[in-house]
Amino acid sequence: MTFQLPAVLSETRDDFLDLSETDRLQLLLEFSQELPALPAKYAEHPELLERVEECQSPVFIFVDVNADSTVSVYATAPEQSPTTRGFASILVQGLSGLSVDDALQIPSDFPDTLGLTKLISPLRVRGMTAMLWRIKRQIKEKSGAV
Amino acid sequence: MTVSPDHNPKFANYAHPEALVSTEWLATRLSEDNIVVVESDEDVLLYEIGHIPGAVKIDWHTDLNDPVVRDYVKGQNFAELLGSKGISRDTTVVIYGDKSNWWAAYALWVFKLFGHPDVRLLDGGRDKWISEGRELTTAKAHRESVTYPVIVREDTALRAFKEDVLAHLGQPLIDVRSPQEYSGERTHMPDYPQEGALRGGHIPGAASVPWSKAAAEDGTFRPRAELDSIYRVGAGLKPGDDVIAYCRIGERSSHTWFVLKYLMGFDTVRNYDGSWVEWGNAVRVPIVMGEEPGAFSAV
Repeated sequence: MTFQLPAVLSETRDDFLDLSETDRLQLLLEFSQELPALPAKYAEHPELLERVEECQSPVFIFVDVNADSTVSVYATAPEQSPTTRGFASILVQGLSGLSVDDALQIPSDFPDTLGLTKLISPLRVRGMTAMLWRIKRQIKEKSGAV
Repeated sequence: MTVSPDHNPKFANYAHPEALVSTEWLATRLSEDNIVVVESDEDVLLYEIGHIPGAVKIDWHTDLNDPVVRDYVKGQNFAELLGSKGISRDTTVVIYGDKSNWWAAYALWVFKLFGHPDVRLLDGGRDKWISEGRELTTAKAHRESVTYPVIVREDTALRAFKEDVLAHLGQPLIDVRSPQEYSGERTHMPDYPQEGALRGGHIPGAASVPWSKAAAEDGTFRPRAELDSIYRVGAGLKPGDDVIAYCRIGERSSHTWFVLKYLMGFDTVRNYDGSWVEWGNAVRVPIVMGEEPGAFSAV
């Protein structure tokens, strides 16, 4: 396998790993504050969003596959759920704009590679894994990829 | 006890009213030197987005658990942790947190394993404080380090191990998980990821009382009369009973442990922190499936 992790995700991973463990939580907090607001068409139509059942807080995702075969990823989570917002923000920023092929090749264990597993309970990190899995499943369904 | 209890009338009917404080009581005492407020949450970043002024953070996962062995920290680590937060042995500690004080109760239980003399919960926790529009800050509290003595953790009275539970079969057990986990339909909380228990069901004879029944809508503990109806009438507990509570890894059952011990006055209540993640994976322990408590039989 010569697959290269897409640049944004690879930079995110390196940024986390370069920090001390305490500062990694601070970086996750910064990500949580950068989660983009939903575009109006989804904010007004919550039924279009898919709930990530595996997450402890109510987090919803939505994926668009664009005409040029790139993907757009949206997510929303409550202000009082910063960890979940941080996870969603990493994936939204890291996947948006990728080609369908690149997005589908992101390893499922990407959340485990950020150096957070000692700081955050395994259940929470698994929530992020589920989020990635659901995003990839939506990309597959919407792009017709098998 | 150097800090007088909160004489809130709601607490008067609880067996140990001194184990709780109200948001009103705490709001007027934030600058008292001999009180340290501790936030302990399920979401590890909540403290950072705003906490009660002066509160320090204790993380259940990184601060209270041993990083290698599935166990709690030892006396030396606990002494260093509390000393670094400005807590000495005679400090009154008030713990609060998210999700109706679920993790706060867990932290309090660990404090009690070390016999900390005066530790209380903030009734209603983080959500009540915020819903009342009380002050929050993002400024990290800096308290001067103090010396906390190295105390040997004393598990026997408050903590049950698998062997204790096996010896206890036939006596009261409270399963605080969701009804679906109790019946064996699922091995993890609704909406939560699969945790990896090989068998679903409950410990024989355990009564099903989901932990959240003890919490009101606003996150406060239910009044004494309602607790009596839930645990005495509903689950059949009698005064003097020796009770063990369990859940999935021992956090939700800490909440119930607190209710039974401090609000209802059961003297002998232990939390089985191995809980279903241990029991549902252990070899040759008895399990009952379905909605009935079921009978136990010798293994």
